[in-house]
Amino acid sequence: MQLTELTAVELGNKIRTGEIGAVEAAQASLEQIGRLDFRVQAYLTVEPEKVLLQAAEVERGIRSGALTGALAGVPIAVKDNICTKDMKTTCASRILENFVPFYDAEAVVRLKDAGLVVLGKTNMDEFAMGSTTETSAFQTTKNPWELSHVPGGSSGGSCAAVAAGECFAALGSDTGGSIRQPSSYCGVAGIKPTYGTVSRYGLIAYASSLDQIGPIAKDVRDCAALLEVIAAQDKKDSTSMARPDTNFLQAVGQSVKGLRVGIPTEYLSEGLDDDVQEAVMRAAGYLKEAGAVVEEFKLGLMEYTIPAYYVIASAEASSNLERFDGVKYGYRAKEYEGLHDMYKRSRSEGFGPEVRRRIMLGSFVLSSGYYDAYYLKALRVRARIKQAFDEAFSGYDMILGPAAPTAAPRLGTSLADPMKMYLSDIYTVAVNLAGLPGLTVPCMVNAEGLPIGVQLIGDCFAEKKLFAAGAGLEAVRGPWMQSDLVRGEEQK
Amino acid sequence: MAETIMDKTMDEIEILAKLYLTAEEKEKARQEMQRMLDYVDMLNALDTEGVEPLTHLFPIQNVFREDEVCESTPGAEILKNAPREKDGQFLVPKTIG
Repeated sequence: MQLTELTAVELGNKIRTGEIGAVEAAQASLEQIGRLDFRVQAYLTVEPEKVLLQAAEVERGIRSGALTGALAGVPIAVKDNICTKDMKTTCASRILENFVPFYDAEAVVRLKDAGLVVLGKTNMDEFAMGSTTETSAFQTTKNPWELSHVPGGSSGGSCAAVAAGECFAALGSDTGGSIRQPSSYCGVAGIKPTYGTVSRYGLIAYASSLDQIGPIAKDVRDCAALLEVIAAQDKKDSTSMARPDTNFLQAVGQSVKGLRVGIPTEYLSEGLDDDVQEAVMRAAGYLKEAGAVVEEFKLGLMEYTIPAYYVIASAEASSNLERFDGVKYGYRAKEYEGLHDMYKRSRSEGFGPEVRRRIMLGSFVLSSGYYDAYYLKALRVRARIKQAFDEAFSGYDMILGPAAPTAAPRLGTSLADPMKMYLSDIYTVAVNLAGLPGLTVPCMVNAEGLPIGVQLIGDCFAEKKLFAAGAGLEAVRGPWMQSDLVRGEEQK
Repeated sequence: MAETIMDKTMDEIEILAKLYLTAEEKEKARQEMQRMLDYVDMLNALDTEGVEPLTHLFPIQNVFREDEVCESTPGAEILKNAPREKDGQFLVPKTIG
């Protein structure tokens, strides 16, 4: 077995016992990146010298007994909308092409404090707006399972990097499914935590009331271990919360006997691919075998989630992205006449089409005369959607469903019709609107060789139940597979 | 039916969004936005009479703390990312005539 095949927790154990060194682990990840990333193109920035320096420092910390965490020495990738000190953070946008933050995001501070080694920054949809990672201004990331298909998005680079063994885990961000959908497409595990669990300080904002940073890894246990590292209240993010229950690893392996799992009937109706339907049914079977009670129920209001989401997300985006004006950082147009012309030229040249589209929609729904009819209406609908989930969780411990209506689409087939792309977020956006945690677990591989994951949705603060159920599902499912790309490398 | 987006509305959006659009881009944006609004219009089918807009997911209240002096980021660090700077300040085009 190759070193890069280990899970993050397995690697952490071996590093702690001295069997493997932190530098050795970092080198293994860098070599895998060297072997595969020219094909996968998951990373935007990798700085090997800095990585090895950091790994050497961590190794000293482990030897001296200063670093004792479960993941000390484990190499990790970070999505490029999460600020990293002295390392470019671009949001995959021209407007931030040369932006080098002078501080680490709070989640990155916590990674480094726990001894994780940051390998580099991963590709994404520009400003996390998109579902395929194809709106990146810089490169097109491929799905390691089938290079002619997308990895999903917007955390496509992070998910592809984990799937290709180019890191042991990654950070992503999820505003409307951006961790859970690409995790399904790439055959990895990923969780969007309850809103407020991870500090958003240093996460470049898209839609602040929906954004959350979360872990992406090879399995559920790794996600739990990583979330344990990054979950914390932070006075720099007033929406972050004090949670007494962040010992998530402890939940992995706990019995799921008697757990009540509901599948919304609407999730299995029209528009759902047969393969995905099969994956959900298989997952239901696995959970039943593990002792859970699984039944269908009516959740309601599903048709309203996407329109409410796009109004709210675009409104917040139009406001958040006003800061990109070419004055303090980021791209400034070469030629302009006066201040306003400079703003408009810098933004028009710096933002890509999908970002411009959402800024315009957001500007419209917030404008005088339309604010009540669109924005406030969407917020009222949001309250109703939250209520529907509250009712669901009075009868069930969690919800099981798809993470996306299909397996990963082919490259180049999604962007032509933005509306169609928006509709594919149908199983994920409600979770953000209601602030809930959602965990994607790999479930099966279809006839085309593409993985399909399922999504477990919990009530607010119920991550432990999700980790227990996710790990229970994995145990019945059996060991997960690897893509031909990664397997092919092994044979050499 | 949703609000019909007129050319005048697009001109206003261009100002609010601080973006330049060519005539062709503007027409395309108008059509895309119209399609989106026609779709969003379905929200009106849901009765939300008496429902408060959900702006915060959890009940929150003001949190007070002592006003403490702490380290600030050195200006020179911040200016490293400035597109143009002069004498320790951000340089922008003349704003007052």
